[in-house]
Amino acid sequence: MIRLLLTLLMFVYVGSAHAEAQDLYQFKDPGQETRYQELISELRCPKCQNQNIADSDAPIAADMRDEVYRMMKDGAGNEEIVDSLVARFGEFVRFKPAFNARTFLLWATPAIAVLIGLLAVAVVIVRARRRDREGAPLSDEERARAARILSGQDDRDRGTDS
Amino acid sequence: MKRVLLFLPLIAAVILGLVLFAGIGKDPTTLDSALIGKPVPTFSLPDLQNPDRVHDESLFKGQVTLLNVWATWCPSCRQEHPFLIWLSKTQGVRLVGLDYKDTRPEALKWFKDLGNPYEVTIFDAEGKLGFDLGVYGAPETFVIDSDGVVRYRHVGVVDEKVWKEELSPLIEKLRSGTS
Repeated sequence: MIRLLLTLLMFVYVGSAHAEAQDLYQFKDPGQETRYQELISELRCPKCQNQNIADSDAPIAADMRDEVYRMMKDGAGNEEIVDSLVARFGEFVRFKPAFNARTFLLWATPAIAVLIGLLAVAVVIVRARRRDREGAPLSDEERARAARILSGQDDRDRGTDS
Repeated sequence: MKRVLLFLPLIAAVILGLVLFAGIGKDPTTLDSALIGKPVPTFSLPDLQNPDRVHDESLFKGQVTLLNVWATWCPSCRQEHPFLIWLSKTQGVRLVGLDYKDTRPEALKWFKDLGNPYEVTIFDAEGKLGFDLGVYGAPETFVIDSDGVVRYRHVGVVDEKVWKEELSPLIEKLRSGTS
């Protein structure tokens, strides 16, 4: 029972801490707030590498949130905000990397893999079809022998049968 | 032709192995600075010991400089401090400090207790220059050439190994390039 209560308390505490962290910034309208939340969830914390700056408690993540908020207030666009952080911390902070020569393989590998797979399937199908259409070809000698068997003139075959 | 195809899985496995092997031993927590090849960001910040004196980016023009980002709240900075003292005393390298998100009294006490390896120390209480430099964890050490362009960044403690293998060869190269 006590354990259950403690567990519940733990969640209460976490909930309130989260709420506090969100109340730091004031937005004029809910649209702005949504935009802000989207931005900070797409930016990666350089210190806690697998967290976005919305979730990270690292001081650097707080600084980055401040900068996003400040730039938004100054009327900067999303691109501009992300670019300014990339200029300081590198491509690393993008959870969605830009498409360029360096990240070409990163983006294109799934498509390339699918293409190779489709190509392999196509080759198998084409080969199977060709085999069906042509059948097993007979040599001239085999053809002549078949004709003899069909017209009942092949003594050798008759001999073995009886 | 068929025989060659039989070796395809082996070839694929070997290539994958090579790619994965190349990643072993790389520390994913050290990132290349985004500022390499770019000039030090513009700033205007006071000196730590002499608050009336204001420094800006021209501080880095004229000679190759090691810019060390540190703070009194940073345990690893305490760890690397003796080595920085040794560097400044014996290696003839220009060391500039950036006291990052710190308080002046604590930083001055640090110098009194542990010594001061820096020619000058920039006082960045809010971490503004640190942020513009992409500092994500003190200590960090930047190699800046005589034109004030960032050439290298080391994240973490500078010790003898880092100095001999990373910083010293680069500084020598930059110096011989300019003189």
